[in-house]
Amino acid sequence: METIKLNIDNKEIEVEKGTTILKAARQMGIEIPTLCYLDLHDMNIENKPGGCRICVVEVEKRRNLAPACSTKCENGMVVKTHTTRVLNARRTVMEFILSDHPKDCLVCAKSGNCELQDMANRLGIREIPGQEYAEMSTYKPDTSPSIKRDLNKCIMCRRCETMCNDIQTVGALSAVNRGFMAAVAPAFEQNLEHSTCTYCGQCVAVCPTGALTEVDNTPDVLRALADPTKTVVVQTAPAVRAALGEAFGMEPGTLVTGKLVSALRALGFDYVFDTDFSADLTIMEEGTELLGRLTRHLNGDRTARIPILTSCCPGWVNFFEEYFPDLKDVPSTSKSPQQMFGAIAKTYFAEKIKVDRKDMVVVSIMPCLAKKYECQREEFSVDGNRDVDFSISTRELANFIKQANIDFKSLEDGEFDDPLGESTGAGVIFGATGGVIEAACRTAYELYTGKKLEKIDFNELRGLEGVRSATIDFDGLPLNIGIAHGLGNARKLLNEVREGKSQFHAIEVMACPGGCIGGGGQPLHHGKSEILKARAAAIYREDANKPIRKSHENPFITKLYEEFLGKPNSEKAHHLLHTSYFDKKKKIIVKQ
Amino acid sequence: MSRYNMHILVCGGTGCHSSQSDAIVWNLRDELEAKGLTDQVQVILTGCFGFCEKGPIVKVMPDNTFYVQVKPEDAQTIVEEHIIKGRKVTRLLYRDPETKDTVGDSKHMGFFKKQLRIVLRNCGFINPENIDEYIAREGYMALGKVISEMTPQQVIQEIKDSGQRGRGGAGFPTGLKWEIASKNKSDEKYVVCNADEGDPGAFMDRSVLEGDPHSVLEAMAICGYAIGAAHGLIYIRAEYPLAVHRLKVAIAQAREYGLLGKKIFGSDFSFDVDLRYGAGAFVCGEETALIHSMEGLRGEPTIKPPFPAESGFKGKPSNVNNVETLAAIPIIILKGANWYNKIGTEKSKGTKVFALAGKINNVGLIEVPMGTTLREIIFEIGGGIRDGKKFKAVQTGGPSGGCLTEKHLDTPIDFDNLVAAGSMMGSGGMIVMDEDNCMVSVAKFFLEFTVEESCGKCAPCRIGNKRLHELLNQITDGKGTMDDLNRLRNMSLVIKDSALCGLGQTSPNPVLSTLDNFMDEYVAHVKDKKCPAGKCKNLMEYYIIPENCVGCTACARVCPVNAISGQRKEVHQINPDVCIKCGACKEKCKFDAIIIR
Repeated sequence: METIKLNIDNKEIEVEKGTTILKAARQMGIEIPTLCYLDLHDMNIENKPGGCRICVVEVEKRRNLAPACSTKCENGMVVKTHTTRVLNARRTVMEFILSDHPKDCLVCAKSGNCELQDMANRLGIREIPGQEYAEMSTYKPDTSPSIKRDLNKCIMCRRCETMCNDIQTVGALSAVNRGFMAAVAPAFEQNLEHSTCTYCGQCVAVCPTGALTEVDNTPDVLRALADPTKTVVVQTAPAVRAALGEAFGMEPGTLVTGKLVSALRALGFDYVFDTDFSADLTIMEEGTELLGRLTRHLNGDRTARIPILTSCCPGWVNFFEEYFPDLKDVPSTSKSPQQMFGAIAKTYFAEKIKVDRKDMVVVSIMPCLAKKYECQREEFSVDGNRDVDFSISTRELANFIKQANIDFKSLEDGEFDDPLGESTGAGVIFGATGGVIEAACRTAYELYTGKKLEKIDFNELRGLEGVRSATIDFDGLPLNIGIAHGLGNARKLLNEVREGKSQFHAIEVMACPGGCIGGGGQPLHHGKSEILKARAAAIYREDANKPIRKSHENPFITKLYEEFLGKPNSEKAHHLLHTSYFDKKKKIIVKQ
Repeated sequence: MSRYNMHILVCGGTGCHSSQSDAIVWNLRDELEAKGLTDQVQVILTGCFGFCEKGPIVKVMPDNTFYVQVKPEDAQTIVEEHIIKGRKVTRLLYRDPETKDTVGDSKHMGFFKKQLRIVLRNCGFINPENIDEYIAREGYMALGKVISEMTPQQVIQEIKDSGQRGRGGAGFPTGLKWEIASKNKSDEKYVVCNADEGDPGAFMDRSVLEGDPHSVLEAMAICGYAIGAAHGLIYIRAEYPLAVHRLKVAIAQAREYGLLGKKIFGSDFSFDVDLRYGAGAFVCGEETALIHSMEGLRGEPTIKPPFPAESGFKGKPSNVNNVETLAAIPIIILKGANWYNKIGTEKSKGTKVFALAGKINNVGLIEVPMGTTLREIIFEIGGGIRDGKKFKAVQTGGPSGGCLTEKHLDTPIDFDNLVAAGSMMGSGGMIVMDEDNCMVSVAKFFLEFTVEESCGKCAPCRIGNKRLHELLNQITDGKGTMDDLNRLRNMSLVIKDSALCGLGQTSPNPVLSTLDNFMDEYVAHVKDKKCPAGKCKNLMEYYIIPENCVGCTACARVCPVNAISGQRKEVHQINPDVCIKCGACKEKCKFDAIIIR
């Protein structure tokens, strides 16, 4: 390893060649403040446009101050991180940034969780000279089904742009305008709804300020809860329980399943169910579909397309409808667990408790912002009545709990209600990348081979690598599995499919890096990937502790088929649990 | 050119072109044809002569007769009087602004006397759309020389020895730049010509491209040979249609002659040039922003290192040189480093082209040896200040340069002296100001440009410059405090120190240099609430001197906002709360009764 020796704040240090001043300083315990910089090192994501200039330091023999985040260490460099010159520049630049930022912190959605606010405080800014005559850059606000944009609060850190383009390859966001009016927005300053946005919410997850936030649906939920004529049913996604605790100061990776149930009950939901249940149902449908397609394919049926792609992730569905409409018959037709839950709740369960679907409100708690859009898709409603009425994110739920004066940490553990609350370990691991396909393998193996699966943990399918592959032995049939998380990685696999080069039989795709645990609606991780790892570990812990770990062994699933659906992929199952996809490729029309 | 015994050169630069120089050429040709002189006298549409103040220019050779402000209808007179009868058309001759005498031979004009035209050697002399005329002036001989007689290392050494520094603004040694690019190994390399001239009022590069496009193409090929590149790209702003056209013609002709393309001069060296168009963003003159723009990305700079020589266009080693830098290369190769490095000062060799503008008699394009003083440029070449007013300041280096004063007039101009004086060379804009200019407003004017042209990537430039501009507005509105002046300086220094690219790092220069050199004017605005130059509307008051007013009511009648009251034959008064300071009353008053105070 080639090393570099330099001096930072009068201390000598030796670092690996290529290390930036920022990272070298951190190794010595010197925390140079940063604002636009974002490092998701496990995913090879680094946003360092060098735009905010907060991290500037003095480098001897250089004329200008250097941004620590993007200046590499050189031999013999002498760096000073807190001289009068540096501190004055940092403060003045921060005053500039604040002078063009609204001062409505009291009512801002990001208040208390805002990196700009924290930095202003850290630098001790108490007034902004010249504010009384300072013009502010203002933009039209934009609300889409999932994401709200308030560009007045954009500080041009470009993190959202990096996520949207480099990581997700969605290309919805880029810098627009010049100079003082520069901001990050869809091309031609269109609304997000008219862009290629998939609502994955990764832009929201990294936005340091209140410029990008989720659409808050808690008022809708509150209204439903307050309406005595409504039966309000809630479902909660697997990844929520692994992250919600963070919003209450608990360690990342703390499982709060029981407390979550109690909190939901305390909030007044009539039935507290688990999306894990419908995840098990998804496996029954998707697994059967996979085996059917695979068998037909192996028997030489050219119409049976392989690979089959998972379809539980709404961001991913939006992505291929936008960018790969020619492949829309490749993904599984199975609805996502959220929508399967809604479809079953408003039919099977509504009949059971003798409530008209119009009087039932289904709420979902999701780690995801695209779910808000998904539940509003026309095909997921009956006569204008949505299967899932509202979807709120983990963050919104946390705020809701706080508003209801619930001391979350001291809640007793509660149990999900029957029948849609019972789930297996297979349903739980849907929350992490690789989980869906692992759950599918557990069931498909036994259905295909007729043998009992001895080793339930498919460790070869787990991990945080962007694209992973493994071959699973189905009793002599080698099944090639591909996994991608992050839409940029998905694009790579999809391109192979399009070119006919894909070697996989089945591919799992999750739009967000890490899978749902890293979803756009989760408590903000501010780029710390250790948090994602802790959440993933929690998910697998919950799975390991479950008495039943294969979806087809879920007794309530069996009962559901016996009483209502018949068998997987039956006509009724198709009607309720399957969907089709659309060509949503955006066409830019230039008006003459 | 030998079979003609006379040549009429008509300027075809953008300025003269807009003043119908094309029609002059047609009319001259028609006249000559009518008189049967077409095989004796040739009319050539050339590049810019530089003397734009008095365009369109028509020059008759071999006697160097220099006609100014020629109209298409003057063609007949020129042919009948000068060509046929041998009598110069006196009314069209240039007149010295001081002596008022006509100057018959352009060599005796103050404007040309002190100039040394190396970069502009062919501008105003050859037809830029005819490669033969360029070749007749030793064109493409330098390229032939390097390919047949020199190794790439020798070429780089020659340029290094010449001491030439980049004319784009920063003054980085050209030879060193080439050497770095040559040492970076890659399967592909690029020679990029930066023709994104963006300084307001600057047109050095445009004139070279319009007047002598082949010199740039030849230089790019020489550079390609030296650094090992086979592709050349010219990044030119689309607002230069004439330059684009002439480049296209030149590239086509050079390809036809085998001077661009595969196996040039039968060697193994291949080189070709393509054009890339810019949309006129000032920041795209910054080399990393320029490269991003060429790649189809947003035109904004990125942090250096990596420098383009390491990772440039498409991530390949790229050498970016400015038009003016390149235009001098062929002649350096032909005449040798030892010829070039004897011109200029110790650390700045050669000549520099400046675009002279502002309150000066001879507005135009000039080329002088480095080391020429500002005084020589302004008072000899430039012909002094207009209307006999007093010189106050000169802004060098474009919008991000600085204002220099009387005390700097005798400083020899070179890269380092200008920086030491608080300004910079920049690309060569030079705007002269007289006693009527308010220096706070001047700083505001230049800053307005950089506020407009900031790309918005880094906070100091995006927001800081806007705040500087607002604070200057406060001061010119009479709302500034002494504390604001300190803040103005601090903000300027921080922006300079912390901005990402050259644009932001230099944008506060006009503020800093006016603070340094004209502090008294700032103090007058802040403390006395007065603008010494009488330019800041909010700091002036129109006032009627009672002793001079005869009550004619002319002022009251012309006032658009009815701010003036008074009975006929009685003293009038202006209500300052209503007055919009349009100046109409002052202009109307025949008794000098209205003053600004």
